[in-house]
Amino acid sequence: MPGDRDVQESPPDQDKIKLLLVDDEEGYVNVLANRMGKRNMVVTKAFSGTEGIQALRGRDFDVAVLDLKMEDMDGIEVLKIFKKMDPKMPVIMLTGHGSEQAAREGIKYGAFDYLTKPCEFEELVEKIKEAAHERGE
Amino acid sequence: MDQTRHKADGYYHSLARNMILAVLIVSITPMLLVSATILYQFHQSYQAKVYAHLEELVEKHRQNIDNFLKEKLADIQALAKTFSYEELSDESFLRDRLEVLQEEYGAVFVDLGVVNARGVQMAYAGPFKLGKALYSEAEWFREVMKRDYYISDVFLGLRGLPHFILAVRQNWGGEPWILRSTIDFVAFTKLVENIRIGETGIAYILNRRGEFQTKTVLDALPSKGPCSDFVETGKPFTEEDVCVSVRGDGMGSKNLYVGAALKGGDWLLMYRQRASDAFSDFQRTLKVTLVIILLGSLGIASMAVLVSKRMVNRIAEVDSEKQLMNEQIVETGKLASVGELAAGIAHEINNPVAIMVEEAGWIEDLLEEEEFKESENLQEFARALKQIRTQGKRCKEITHKLLSFARKTDSRVEEVRPKELIEEIVALSGQRAKYSNVKITTTLQKGLPALHVSQSELQQVFLNLINNALDAMEKKGGVIDIRGYLVGPYAVFEVADTGPGIPQANLARIFDPFFTTKPVGKGTGLGLSICYGIVKKLGGDIEVESVMDAGTTFRVKIPLEGDKGEGEASGPFARTEAKQGAR
Repeated sequence: MPGDRDVQESPPDQDKIKLLLVDDEEGYVNVLANRMGKRNMVVTKAFSGTEGIQALRGRDFDVAVLDLKMEDMDGIEVLKIFKKMDPKMPVIMLTGHGSEQAAREGIKYGAFDYLTKPCEFEELVEKIKEAAHERGE
Repeated sequence: MDQTRHKADGYYHSLARNMILAVLIVSITPMLLVSATILYQFHQSYQAKVYAHLEELVEKHRQNIDNFLKEKLADIQALAKTFSYEELSDESFLRDRLEVLQEEYGAVFVDLGVVNARGVQMAYAGPFKLGKALYSEAEWFREVMKRDYYISDVFLGLRGLPHFILAVRQNWGGEPWILRSTIDFVAFTKLVENIRIGETGIAYILNRRGEFQTKTVLDALPSKGPCSDFVETGKPFTEEDVCVSVRGDGMGSKNLYVGAALKGGDWLLMYRQRASDAFSDFQRTLKVTLVIILLGSLGIASMAVLVSKRMVNRIAEVDSEKQLMNEQIVETGKLASVGELAAGIAHEINNPVAIMVEEAGWIEDLLEEEEFKESENLQEFARALKQIRTQGKRCKEITHKLLSFARKTDSRVEEVRPKELIEEIVALSGQRAKYSNVKITTTLQKGLPALHVSQSELQQVFLNLINNALDAMEKKGGVIDIRGYLVGPYAVFEVADTGPGIPQANLARIFDPFFTTKPVGKGTGLGLSICYGIVKKLGGDIEVESVMDAGTTFRVKIPLEGDKGEGEASGPFARTEAKQGAR
């Protein structure tokens, strides 16, 4: 069942940031999820836009990280749907070099911020914490 | 390459030839046609006029001569009718009569003689001693006995002189007698020979046997026509006829013959003139026309050749320029494809590299676990993992460079920070510079403001200048110094190299399209002209200074206030983007 791919549950879960990772590059999602797990986050992995939407349907998340260029759906479309489903959830966009314009468009539709791939892991973590903090308020 | 050159040359030759032929045909043909038509008409009417004129002339003279003959005959007849045979047989009386005639008419009547029916001259008045001559066998005697009167042909008579005889017959006392007179040949021929027109026109009289009655003339008769019929068949053409015919004389020239019957058909008055003489006006016109046509044709031909050659040369020039341009377009297309390909590859590489780096990070994370803290190789793990990360970063930078260059050119005006732009470009060119032994230094004035320009276009300008400098210093290496500073309302950038320099003669043309000193295939000659176009469009300026064997400096001036509309209109999004504001 979707949503059952949680990793590394160490107590207490409610303190941890609930993160939704949406990217169609599986290897990337997996290793990120592993590392995030070690940093006080509970990661749900989605390998396509559709999976991401289904996951969001199942439960709430604190932050979502969304890859702009995916095969099955346009990242912006997924963003719009996320925003409709849970307007309060901050979405961080990941975009390839040269697609800054698309990223700026994402900001217009309510994305929290964007980072260029390949990004510095620590930078990403910082951004996620920032977003979760904002959401908390 | 030579093959195509040959074919091209052949093509241009035939093109020129076709043009020349077309012009020649179109201009010379009508000229010839018109000339021929007019000349023909002119010839026809001129000929008609000449013939008419000659006919009239000959007719007039025929009448004159006939009248003359008639008059003289009438005089003798009058004499014979007025006086009797007896009276006239008296020689002194006859002499008186002769004197009267000579007084009236001059020396035309040479003598008078009275001859009886048997042909014996009974009385004679005149200069010759012809006493009682016998004429019974003379033709004139025989003829006049048959008819009332007779005018003889010219002949050499008893006196050994050419003369002709006028004789009339009368009856007296039942017997015929004859009064005859000799007509002066000279006076008579003068009449005829006075008919002279032009330079070669002469007139003469022939009898039925073709014997000359006046001066002898060669080629007396035309070979065909009623005139020769006259002689050959003895058939008279009617007295009214005046015939005109033309005959060649066997030596290349043609003669005009105009004939009229005289003396009731016994004689033929011929007028002959060289055709070229008679038609001298026409000949002259013909010659002038021919000369004009010839000169005209020469003029037309040489103009046709000249103009066609020049046109074809122009066409060849344009064609080869077009060819060059097509080649450029193909080159550019190729470059664009390669660019896109490279961009695609760069993008794709990003993903695996990112994953590798993250996995290394994950191992680093795991190494923090307690169980690894005691490991001997911990240091080495850490170092190796850090190395992976470093190299990953390097990959990122490489693809970053490539992608930023391959970005599609768009003319959107943005706020561009010159420092960053130049640093980016220097980084891009870094590898090539190192390979060519060239050092690139940058000296930018502090606080250079952002420029309102299209990033990709400005990038193209600097890249082009730096690449040119690198090309120039490929062999020996050197230094490229990039400077930037403010002068009034302009930001001035200099790209100075220590290369071989540009000769004075080329400096003026260096911004011309297609001008290049690189060997064929190496340079397109478009780089600097594109730079020029871009800089001008931005409302700025570009200039060059060079010293042989010392170096070259390109100076680019960009206005700080952006495009004031001095250049051409910017790209379609320029205004909207500018309004949206800078990021």
